[in-house]
Amino acid sequence: MRLQYPSNINIIKLPCTGKIDLIHLLRSFEKGADGVYVVGCLEGACQFTSGNIRARKRVEQAQEILEKIGIGGERVRMFNLSSSEAPHFVQAAVEMTENIRDMGPNPIKTAMQKAA
Amino acid sequence: MIVADKKPIEEIIDMVKGYRKILILGCNECVTVCEAGGKKEVAVLASALRMYFMNEGTKIEMDEITLERQCDHEYLEEIRNSMDQYDAVVSLACGVGVQFMAEKYFGSPIYPGVNTCFMGVTEERGVWSERCQGCGQCILDRTAGICPISRCAKRLLNGPCGGSTKGKCEISKDLDCAWQIIIDRLKELDRLDDYEEIAPIKDWSTERAGGPRKVVREDVRQ
Amino acid sequence: MSTKTPSRLEKILDSGQLAVTSECGPPRGSDPEAITKKAEIIKDHVDAINITDNQTSVTRLSSLAACIHLKLMGIESTLQMVVRDRNRIALQSDILGAASFDIHNILCLSGDHQMFGDSPQGQNVFDLDSMQLIQTVRLMRDEGKFLGGDDIKRPPKMFVGAAANPFADPFEIRVPRLAKKIAAGVEFIQTQCIYNLDKFELWMKEARDRGLHEKVYILAGVTPFKSAGMAKYMKNRVPGMDVPDEVVKRMAGVPKENQPEEGIDICVETIQRLKECEGVRGFHVMAIEWEEKVPEIVERGGLYPRPEDL
Repeated sequence: MRLQYPSNINIIKLPCTGKIDLIHLLRSFEKGADGVYVVGCLEGACQFTSGNIRARKRVEQAQEILEKIGIGGERVRMFNLSSSEAPHFVQAAVEMTENIRDMGPNPIKTAMQKAA
Repeated sequence: MIVADKKPIEEIIDMVKGYRKILILGCNECVTVCEAGGKKEVAVLASALRMYFMNEGTKIEMDEITLERQCDHEYLEEIRNSMDQYDAVVSLACGVGVQFMAEKYFGSPIYPGVNTCFMGVTEERGVWSERCQGCGQCILDRTAGICPISRCAKRLLNGPCGGSTKGKCEISKDLDCAWQIIIDRLKELDRLDDYEEIAPIKDWSTERAGGPRKVVREDVRQ
Repeated sequence: MSTKTPSRLEKILDSGQLAVTSECGPPRGSDPEAITKKAEIIKDHVDAINITDNQTSVTRLSSLAACIHLKLMGIESTLQMVVRDRNRIALQSDILGAASFDIHNILCLSGDHQMFGDSPQGQNVFDLDSMQLIQTVRLMRDEGKFLGGDDIKRPPKMFVGAAANPFADPFEIRVPRLAKKIAAGVEFIQTQCIYNLDKFELWMKEARDRGLHEKVYILAGVTPFKSAGMAKYMKNRVPGMDVPDEVVKRMAGVPKENQPEEGIDICVETIQRLKECEGVRGFHVMAIEWEEKVPEIVERGGLYPRPEDL
């Protein structure tokens, strides 16, 4: 299968979503990302037992902070799918891209451009 | 350890707005263990504040430092030479550290970045609970190692009260009745007869009631 | 036992007759009629009336002030005093205040936690616990001393009571706890409302086995249910309350309009059965906001008339 996903997405590969820390998610927005989503294995299917559960909690923490500081909590999300589900991967990419397009650009990016 | 909880970011935003350069100061001890004020939390708070103020169109510079401790002179001294450049400091240490900073850097605004809660244990990751209120006159020898002052909602020295139900406290089904645990321990230790000794009226003067406390040890003092 | 105070309640218990007490909750306002009217209804059917002390942590007119109103009506009261709201200075001060009005009975209690009431954000005190309050009143009365060691001029003359809950957990220390209160100096006990009679009788038996029934006067606590809903509420929501299923079923088994009568019947039957229980020296009838039923319960329980002057 050679499925196309939106080209605006920059993929960062990790051995496990459990590697992601809250600060990584926040820094992405500080650097101007319009949205970030974490794609992990299905819950219950983590090779390292609970990496994806931890990731979910961190995504939730990021959502809370982004909401409170006026960036928008929905700019960060978590998707769970197995490695054999390429169509779901594409679906997540499309869905996320559309959602973020609707929300408009990361206000930080705009503010940085103004300040510069 | 001293257990603290995160302060809502909107409270911190309110404290620091108006300053141009601030230091977010973490502590590598208790608040790191309870995930409220260590290096990671410093980074997260700084990032969130930067984004908030950037979005507001205000330029605020933020430095991040995490000290080994904030309750000892020697560590606080490490930042003496750089303190001049900051308009304010948000300390993510417990209330002890915040105050020691305020005392040491008398001319600098110091703000608390966490809510300091109690002295307690990590029951499991993300769950901390109280064990000691520092009454200054330990009675654990008489209560089978379980403290009714910190763990009974009524601080009963001769408990349990009539509200103890199925091992739980009357104020919450999620709270163990300290006296149930004391009695279970006494039984385990084959000391249930000790239950009938009346605990005498406590001298609370070594506790908060006696005013701010101090321990002076001439044997180690220099 | 011989009497140590001018308390009429003590005299009746000492004479070997079954005593009857009841209780009234002060109003959430300053109108004394709220308490004097209730007292008027029950005064001829009881030996003393307890005045609750901000029960369930809801702020009310003070127990001491209400006791004084009763005193002015010539009614004997029992000052309930919880250690939740006062430190040792205030406790001793209020004891002297009550004694200055010749209020001769006191009930020493811990008090419900403040989170149940109208001030969950308030501080609590718990400088002493109920056990230590018993010791304090006895020290003040018997030795004429304050806790601080100084002498009291005209020490209080109070008959000292406490509560006991035979149904709270852990059950195995319920009798040792009674023994502990006796060792602290308690002279009469009013128990938690009794609905589980078997468990109560077991508790009494264990108390008798240790001879405790000869060291303290135990008044069995009874409260009539007004409705099946109240029975369910007491069973499920009130900490330390033991309402067996069959009692709830019995209440629910009669039509709503007959439930109050059924509740009174259960209460009267409880009194009749416990009159035969060795060690029960009287009854504490707590008709919560239903004081008008106290005379009927006392009469049908065979506890009327009350003793005249002793």
